[in-house]
Amino acid sequence: MSSTAAAVYSAAAPVYGLILAGGASSRMRRDKAALLYQGKSQLDRAFELASRHVAKVFVSVRGDQKTEPTRAQKPLIVDSVDGEGPIVGIRSALTDYPGVAWLVLACDLPFLSDAALEQLLAERDPSVLATAYVSAYDGLPEPLCAVWEPAAAPALSAYQSAGGHCPRKFLRRHPARLIEPRDRHALDNVNTPEEYATAQGALHSYVHTSPMQLKIQYFALMREQAGRSEETLETSAATPADLFSELNARYAFTLSREQLKVAVNSEFSEWSRPLIAGDAVVFIPPVAGG
Amino acid sequence: MRFRFTEVAIDTQAARRDLLDRGAGGYVSFEGWVRDHNEGQDVTRLEYEAFQALAVKEGERILSEALQRFPIKHAVCIHRVGSLDLSDMAVWVGVSAAHRGEAFDACRYIIDEVKHRVPIWKKEHYRSGDSGWVNCERCAAAPHHSHDHGHNAA
Repeated sequence: MSSTAAAVYSAAAPVYGLILAGGASSRMRRDKAALLYQGKSQLDRAFELASRHVAKVFVSVRGDQKTEPTRAQKPLIVDSVDGEGPIVGIRSALTDYPGVAWLVLACDLPFLSDAALEQLLAERDPSVLATAYVSAYDGLPEPLCAVWEPAAAPALSAYQSAGGHCPRKFLRRHPARLIEPRDRHALDNVNTPEEYATAQGALHSYVHTSPMQLKIQYFALMREQAGRSEETLETSAATPADLFSELNARYAFTLSREQLKVAVNSEFSEWSRPLIAGDAVVFIPPVAGG
Repeated sequence: MRFRFTEVAIDTQAARRDLLDRGAGGYVSFEGWVRDHNEGQDVTRLEYEAFQALAVKEGERILSEALQRFPIKHAVCIHRVGSLDLSDMAVWVGVSAAHRGEAFDACRYIIDEVKHRVPIWKKEHYRSGDSGWVNCERCAAAPHHSHDHGHNAA
């Protein structure tokens, strides 16, 4: 590796997450950010997903959305540059936090997975303006599931000044790394009530028709009641909550789910987090150290 | 690691050396000991068990929080696992700082947070022959009981 390349690599900007939730949702006729999948809003799902991969995550909003309840609980970046559309959200983040690269995610990608973000971040090229997935359907770059580098800020500003507004066209005309998602459905998005119904059904059948292997470890009272310290289980449980119900039916734990916490892959987790094959799950009874 | 587990007696003299600092004017430590009674029962010994992969992460987070919140120099916490007898040391917290006030405050913060947040469990064995997991057995009978306040001060 040349010293120049090494310098570029070592200078790679830290990546924060930016969830775009400023859209008008005119085709959906309701607020897309608040749509529920498996009991959780799209915005919460996207926010939690990004939070598992980058140190800080913000929600991009228009000035008039700051107090809207789905959004107001989150760290916000309010549009600070003129114009309309997602390009404004991306530019505002790059402007407000110089020197930071942004993992930009639309909040209407219900199929987006941890694996898809891992792949995107692993294949990120900080020497170009952005690293983006290309659509499995039309081969076009997907600017709203992409890592935008700090160097994109002046180019985006110039592009907008020249009358441009489409971040997809921007990516086609500027140096960007385009990569193919291993899961071709990862970027399927949802813009109409019909697509929403289809996506809910697909998520449901996806998680309930594809059994997978999970590893479960047991500690303390849970270990005694399960009669084992660990097991590998073939299950179609979609979430830790589902998995607990399944195991509780088998072992009749005396503690209820409300009394437990749960960890996935050695980190505290929400009960509603989607599980994927190979996840290691631990149910955590009330602690008593000291 | 600043937060760690041991299956043998805690070496406080060695741990104390991790706190030495020329800018420190003193250090405060806390030792949690195995007590012979809890909730009206005579306790004969304890067993500690931990989900170490997560416990070390959470313990390190607590020590980092203490270092951010208080102007202290160093902080260390060591917890026993396995079977302990009466008067054995179950946990040790040490904090060094320029001034004593911050060292006391940070030490208190660390032990309180460790007891509430770190996935460590304690099984008490009683003179009656019974045994029970602290905070778990009574919770099972009273579903609205909070997890978070330990009954059994170390």
